[in-house]
Amino acid sequence: MTQSNAVPAADQALLYPSPLKEFWQAFAHNKGAVGGLLFMLVIVFCALFAPWVAPFDPSEQFRDALLTPPSWLEGGQARFPLGTDELGRDLLSRLIHGARLSLMIGLASVLMSLIPGILMGLVAGFFPRLLGPSIMRLMDIMLALPSLLLAVAIVAILGPGLINTVIAIAIVSLPSYVRLTRAAVMGELGRDYVTAARLAGAGLPRLMFITVLPNCMAPLIVQATLSFSSAILDAAALGFLGLGVQPPTPEWGTMLASARDYIERAWWVVSLPGLTILLSVLAINLMGDGLRDALDPKLKNAQ
Amino acid sequence: MLSFIARRLGLLIPTFFGVTLLTFALIRLIPGDPVEVMMGERRVDPEMHAEAMHRLGLDKPLPAQYLDYITKLAQGDLGESLRTREGVWEEFLTLFPATLELSLAALLFAGTLGVIAGVIAALKRGSLFDHGVMGVSLAGYSMPIFWWGLLLIMFFSVYLGWTPVSGRIDLLYDIEPKTGFMLIDTLLSEEEGAFKDALMHLILPAIVLGTIPLAVIARMTRSAMLEVLREDYIRTARAKGLSPARVVFVHGLRNALIPVLTVFGLQVGTLLAGAVLTETIFSWPGIGKWLIEAIGARDYPVVQNGILLIACLVILVNFVVDILYGLVNPRIRHQR
Amino acid sequence: MRSIFMLLALCAGLPAFAQSQSLVVCSEAAPEGFDIVQYTAATTADASAETVYERLVQFAPGSTRIVPALAESWEVGADGLTYTFTLRKGVQFHQTPWFKPSRELNADDVLWSFQRQRDKDHPWHALSPRGYPYFEAMGFAELIEKIEALDEHRVRFTLKHPEAPFLADLAMGFTSIYSAEYAEQLLDAETPQKLNSQPIGTGPFVFERYAKDAQVRFAGNPHYWGGKPALDRLLLAITPDPNTRIQQLKAGACQIAVFPRPSDVPALRENKDLQVLELDSLLTAYVAINTRHKPLDDVRVRQAINLAFDRQAYLRAQYGEGNATLAAAPYPATLLGYDERLQPWPKDLERARQLLAEAGHEKGLKLSIWTRSGGGPTNPNPGIGAQMLQADLAAIGIQADIRVFEWGELIKRAKNGEHDLVFMGWAGDNGDPDNFLTPNLSCAAAESGENQAGWCHKEFDQLIREARRVAEPQRRAALYREALAIFQDQAPWIALAHPKQFAVLRKDVEGFVLSPLGSNNFAHVRRKP
Repeated sequence: MTQSNAVPAADQALLYPSPLKEFWQAFAHNKGAVGGLLFMLVIVFCALFAPWVAPFDPSEQFRDALLTPPSWLEGGQARFPLGTDELGRDLLSRLIHGARLSLMIGLASVLMSLIPGILMGLVAGFFPRLLGPSIMRLMDIMLALPSLLLAVAIVAILGPGLINTVIAIAIVSLPSYVRLTRAAVMGELGRDYVTAARLAGAGLPRLMFITVLPNCMAPLIVQATLSFSSAILDAAALGFLGLGVQPPTPEWGTMLASARDYIERAWWVVSLPGLTILLSVLAINLMGDGLRDALDPKLKNAQ
Repeated sequence: MLSFIARRLGLLIPTFFGVTLLTFALIRLIPGDPVEVMMGERRVDPEMHAEAMHRLGLDKPLPAQYLDYITKLAQGDLGESLRTREGVWEEFLTLFPATLELSLAALLFAGTLGVIAGVIAALKRGSLFDHGVMGVSLAGYSMPIFWWGLLLIMFFSVYLGWTPVSGRIDLLYDIEPKTGFMLIDTLLSEEEGAFKDALMHLILPAIVLGTIPLAVIARMTRSAMLEVLREDYIRTARAKGLSPARVVFVHGLRNALIPVLTVFGLQVGTLLAGAVLTETIFSWPGIGKWLIEAIGARDYPVVQNGILLIACLVILVNFVVDILYGLVNPRIRHQR
Repeated sequence: MRSIFMLLALCAGLPAFAQSQSLVVCSEAAPEGFDIVQYTAATTADASAETVYERLVQFAPGSTRIVPALAESWEVGADGLTYTFTLRKGVQFHQTPWFKPSRELNADDVLWSFQRQRDKDHPWHALSPRGYPYFEAMGFAELIEKIEALDEHRVRFTLKHPEAPFLADLAMGFTSIYSAEYAEQLLDAETPQKLNSQPIGTGPFVFERYAKDAQVRFAGNPHYWGGKPALDRLLLAITPDPNTRIQQLKAGACQIAVFPRPSDVPALRENKDLQVLELDSLLTAYVAINTRHKPLDDVRVRQAINLAFDRQAYLRAQYGEGNATLAAAPYPATLLGYDERLQPWPKDLERARQLLAEAGHEKGLKLSIWTRSGGGPTNPNPGIGAQMLQADLAAIGIQADIRVFEWGELIKRAKNGEHDLVFMGWAGDNGDPDNFLTPNLSCAAAESGENQAGWCHKEFDQLIREARRVAEPQRRAALYREALAIFQDQAPWIALAHPKQFAVLRKDVEGFVLSPLGSNNFAHVRRKP
């Protein structure tokens, strides 16, 4: 340790790093998270530009090329890199368009549960006497039903389909947002800055959304990532049970359900959609881990 | 302590009524006509239809119907299946042991393997093994288990022929369902080889159902263990010169397992959701498969009261976990 | 590694039933119950009508020929109105822990079995919660004038009008002969529901136990009048998933798997441990076009739909090469009155578009295609057909969306006529053309909803009604030919295919034959040692 080195180091420390940069440094520290991010970027790209990336229309049936194996296998054709399904549709194109659908389901259901979840959580946190407990009881009730079963029951009521799948998943993941928001709000309410804001005469909406909410966002963002991945899984499970998105829409779980019949003859129609689900969910979870490390240093070493 | 239990019990009552309201509403929202389901393929004329609606009490106003429902529940009457005309409670009782057996096997698999992997990973923090455990458990946590089940069947049952494809036991055995647990019943039956056969049938479904809990438990154990290992009493124990194994397993693990156990309890709901898929894939005659089929066939009483029973089960397990957690961790008891 | 193999080898050891012969059948659905007259499903009949019960006459194994069963012989009156049956002597009902018969089969049992379904004042009539759907659908209540016992072993049926398929009807499950004595015992004990859970009959197998949705167990009937069956034990293992059935068969857990997916058949033929049976069956797969919905009431639109669909491609994708024949009529070519000149509608998009334009729909149309969720014999993979039809209709400007329902729900909704196009199938159960036409295409069936096309064509209806009353085959055939020509032109269906029927057996199974009626009977099965 020589003194000449200590001076620039002190200078660096004096500079307060921009929050974004700090966040990125923490995130990039986690190699898995970066890997997940890269994979997700590919998936998002595919989803956004599906019609241009995919070689074929996902519903186009090549009836003289049913169940063609992937191109590297015997009997494969170069125009179908990952082979075709039981109706001669290009598997690669279907997976690419499926990415679009899965991401949309994930995004829509997260938004549809995040927003009401936060609102209800805020209300529950701010009104701990009557409204709060009754909201929490309602959430307890919903949590008492296994999520998939509740989703199945909701779809049974609404009928299968894309939008109803989203609604079912959104309802099912609502309680975790409410609980999380309420817990965070209760933690913040006792703090000095909230008292100060109150004394300064901030109204309830301002107190809720501008003073308290931003300080509760870190766990919510992490939770949103995690429920994004479980939304994709749940949608696929519903599709697998025949209750999700209906054919010929190329949803990954639905593809898997119809492929089940060909398990012995055409492994690719079973393996590839499942593998895609696994990799996407894994990538999102890896990102979630990275996000948590970066946003919530307290938890960093705990998990 | 008693007041703590009483308070928690008090919370159960509104939850229970809430669940009955939910199942009551659920069933009335599902499109379709219960009378049509009951009559099967028979033609129903309007007069018969009205008569049947009246007999089922479906022509009353909704609050009266709800009151009827609650009254019947209080009398322990859960109604009967429209398809099989057997009592819902009786059907539940015959099918539930199958689900329980599967779930316990899955938890045993997940618990043993998860705790061992978690502890070793924590002790060798940063090692290749640690990274391996963390990676694999994250993959397990991300696994679409319906696909996982299909892959395992494809490989172990179809390709290698090691394990049976589906069901609980080979068809030629005639096992009298004394307890409903196939492993116990086969031991009682004295049929040669039956126990082994039942065990072989259990392996794959248990692995599939245990995959996600395994991942969760391994991660939880690792982090709890890491935390415990930093605590003062561990350092003290080490300083006293106790053997490292004793430190880890007697002092460390015991404390680390408290949060793990809680997670165990909270996994019941997840486990039941997983059971729905696992039972469907392996044709396992349990309540998950039962409910999915009932929903598909619009078998209203089964859907309604089956869901109610499962919800009660989850509530009950969570309650017990809550109490146990309160017992071991006094801090919780005095929180609001 | 080696020790693992040994352990597994030990565990895989199958239970031994070395001396006694047993047969496990992987069947495709759970029986709804065992009181067969209450049900219509073929799988329910397999578990009761083909094992426990018998009828006055029966179909010879593997054919639609009528041969004696509980009736040794019969005479038909010259006017075609009276049928006199002489019962076989010395026929015993089953002995089980719940019933010990005190007498042999006699005319009382026959009377009981019919009066229960037909006589509203019969003490058992109201005890069937589902009624008697087959008896009603076959119009037996209106057909039979009276049934009387001439003596202990002779029964006479008098009909209100001549009915050509009557004898064939008497071989069907809903005319099964029950034990009147057992019924009396049940009524005395106030447990009539046991008729449905602990059946007693005269058939080759004695019912032992039913584990719900898992298996039905039977024992060979040692007192069977036709001789004790070779099988001491018969098990129907309920395995709804066709893949699982095949996997179980390959693993040796069952010895017969019914209804394999036709597309799996080529690979199964290669397997040295298995044998595949195949038969041209009485199955018709079709799409009913709801003629009560606009614009499907316009025959031009129906024809256009028929012209648009590529059936050849459908056959290939759905059943596989050579596993089904293209359908041109509601029933297969082997039955009476089929017209060899009938040609299935070709695929002709040009003409289809032209017809649509003539009907005023050049801008396109919106329709719904309805199909079932799980596969069945006529439609092994429902998703495929619906999506192919959807794609082909899109080519002529018809936008169709697909709705999937569970089978029971689909039947019910189709009966209410909620669909535009619905994938359906029919399994003939007595080998008579009428068995295809009246239940599915008559005006009466349009009224009741069983005619999912809702198609009531006066001339067609008149022809098939007449054909029912004519006994002479030549004249019947002529009437049916005329009716089929109308069907073809009016296009109330897209007639798709007559799938072949398959069963896969382990190599050591002998004596099993497929029935064109889709039923499965194991009375003559034995296993090679």
